Amino acid sequence: MAGTQTAYSRKDHERAERLRYFGDVALVIVGIVVVWQILHMLAGDVAISSPLATAIRAGELLGSASFWPHAAETAKALVYALIIALLIGIGVGTWLGAHKLSGAVAEPILVALYSLPKITLYPLILLVFGLGIEAKIAFGAIHGVIPVTIFTMNAVKNINRVFLRSARVMKLTAMQTATRILLPATMPEIVSGLRVGFSLTLLGVVIGELFSSHRGMGFLVMRAIGLHDVSTMMAVTLILAVAAVAISSILLYIDNRLHRRV
Amino acid sequence: MSHEVHARLEGVTRVYPAVAGNPPVHALGPIDLDLRKGEFFSIVGPSGCGKSTCMDVLAGLAAPTEGNVWFEDKRVHGNVPDGIGAVFQEDASFPWLTVEDNAAFGLRRAGVDAAEIRRRVDYALGFVGLKDFAKAYPAQLSGGMRQRVCIARTLVLQPRLILLDEPFGALDAQTRLLMGDELLKLWRETGATVLLITHALDEAAMLSDRIGAMSARPGRFLETVETGWSRDRDSRMLEGETFGHITGRLWQMLRSESQRAMGHEGGVA
Amino acid sequence: MNRLTLIRLGVIVAFFGLLEILCRTGVISPFTMIPPSEMAIELWALIVSGEVARGMRQTLGNVAVACILAITVGFAVGAGVHALPRLRRALDPFLTTYYAVPFFVFYPLLVFIFGMNNFPMIMIGFLFAVVAMIINTLNGLDKIPRVYRKVARMHHMGRAKTALLIELPYAIPNLFTGVKLAVAYSFIGVIAAEFILAPGGLGYAISFAYDNFDNETMYALMLFILVLVTIINMSLHAYEQRLLRRQGR
Repeated sequence: MAGTQTAYSRKDHERAERLRYFGDVALVIVGIVVVWQILHMLAGDVAISSPLATAIRAGELLGSASFWPHAAETAKALVYALIIALLIGIGVGTWLGAHKLSGAVAEPILVALYSLPKITLYPLILLVFGLGIEAKIAFGAIHGVIPVTIFTMNAVKNINRVFLRSARVMKLTAMQTATRILLPATMPEIVSGLRVGFSLTLLGVVIGELFSSHRGMGFLVMRAIGLHDVSTMMAVTLILAVAAVAISSILLYIDNRLHRRV
Repeated sequence: MSHEVHARLEGVTRVYPAVAGNPPVHALGPIDLDLRKGEFFSIVGPSGCGKSTCMDVLAGLAAPTEGNVWFEDKRVHGNVPDGIGAVFQEDASFPWLTVEDNAAFGLRRAGVDAAEIRRRVDYALGFVGLKDFAKAYPAQLSGGMRQRVCIARTLVLQPRLILLDEPFGALDAQTRLLMGDELLKLWRETGATVLLITHALDEAAMLSDRIGAMSARPGRFLETVETGWSRDRDSRMLEGETFGHITGRLWQMLRSESQRAMGHEGGVA
Repeated sequence: MNRLTLIRLGVIVAFFGLLEILCRTGVISPFTMIPPSEMAIELWALIVSGEVARGMRQTLGNVAVACILAITVGFAVGAGVHALPRLRRALDPFLTTYYAVPFFVFYPLLVFIFGMNNFPMIMIGFLFAVVAMIINTLNGLDKIPRVYRKVARMHHMGRAKTALLIELPYAIPNLFTGVKLAVAYSFIGVIAAEFILAPGGLGYAISFAYDNFDNETMYALMLFILVLVTIINMSLHAYEQRLLRRQGR
């Protein structure tokens, strides 16, 4: 039948389309590697190690026992900072979204804080928290908390009022309204906030490690610089970048899935 | 009324080529249509029947796949001829220009001198009742007023054929009736030929000399209804009996077509 | 002044007032933070002595170069990529995950390659800002409704005229959002770079004061940067909101 035939051809076409898309993405990655290789050839081994050498060095690092405590330190700081950012951000964001006046007062302040070079506050953090992991966590959390707050605030503020009226018509309890209506309705925006928050939290943690730190991936980069060890420096950078892009892509995938549903 | 032909569609079809694995879409036709000089013609039909495609083809915004389009004895084939103006359903006022600069837009492109622009813009803004808002930006106006900005922008170019693609589609029912009155006034005073595309049967019945009822996709004319209104008419004729007869007749033709368009294959009699 | 602004001002004053009290009463030790009033007095002294101006010239110069580069390159790349849908689709995942890469890890490398001068700082500011401009350019061009292209054709306008007289003006508010972010991100990039490793500039001066336990200078400069950047960012933000309002969006 004509109907089934077109359905098949559409499926085939979608598959071909997806293949082409992944091919294009792969081409972009190849392009990046080629540019890197050219830069390497122009600048030489002392400045930029080749993609291959960097990958090999990254493999060595990933296989060495001394690398993992540093990775764990960064990961631990990131996770703690992110948890703090989420708890505060969702809490404050919900309040600012639900309470109109507070939200209106706070919004420009949040926007101002968002685009501030927060690095200038780092000495203050160090003076308060000392040189350990706490300072990195605090600095990461400061970066992450603002986008989470802003996204949560907007999600709560823009909830379709009809949902709440429907909840009342259906005689849902406050608890049911929160878990069955508010949470699913705000989830997509909160995940967007988490995605942006993740990026900024990582940025905060890594900046913390580049400056006055003795552990973590950022510290490895700074130490390698001190030793003029270009391939290690680039390998650590590569590992960090790939991990960050991978996590962010997963969050982006979830984000897109959730937004398509709404 | 003279029956001189102003624009003509001859065996026009429009087929959108296959994209993204979907088969080609036969959107329109074949249709034939003679627009008489100075008449008010409306096309009604179920959603997705190709009404807008029909207008795009006539305006030269899209080329017909088959058939020919003529405007004032010149062939139109995917090129916008002089003398045709169009107002679309979407708000197309330029938000970065004031109302008067919006209205003057086409005249400035055409290099008309400043005094003439002034004169025509003043007239057009007066006509659509926006004289007091000449210095306002579209964002400060209501949806209906913005649509009037677009009408003024078309009007200043003194088109001989005015195409209107559901220009009041986004407005509420009462505003639409009033806009309909303005449209009639515009049609009477300019003497232009007007082609109105609409999904509202009452709108078509009230405004038109003739109404073409179109089938579900691919759109074809089922029948053309003559209303027999005098040139001097307005929305008050809604009270009359004839009005009900015309809308009733249109609905009789379109009911099963609309059901088909909604997905009830075959329709229910 | 409206009520909201007054409340906002109150909140900010209360915040600094609280800090002042906490510092004065010794709840916050002077080794951690000095009272805001002393920061202001110290800052005034630094401004009078010309020390701030020196650092500021360097920082602002680098920020200006970085953000002008980011705006022009970002707009050109954004417009180019917009015209090539296939390339755009392939680039999209990279653009959206770009800011997940903690950029400053490249900074030591740049210093290593180019030496300790302004160039690596400008590069970091540029790299940090350019993608925001690209994303907002794409976003702005995406938002132009299709009907405007129909209107352009009804007015017998060609591709170039349509772009210049219709598409560009329509996209301006969104492009300006890109400009606003580019300025803010250039500041973040340049100051962070100065902070980590630099021959001079305000970020460097703070970092230097920190290393030398000079809390007065450090906090005075911190206050200065935060106030300066907030004023610049908020002016751009206010202008952006005005543009958006005029366009009714």
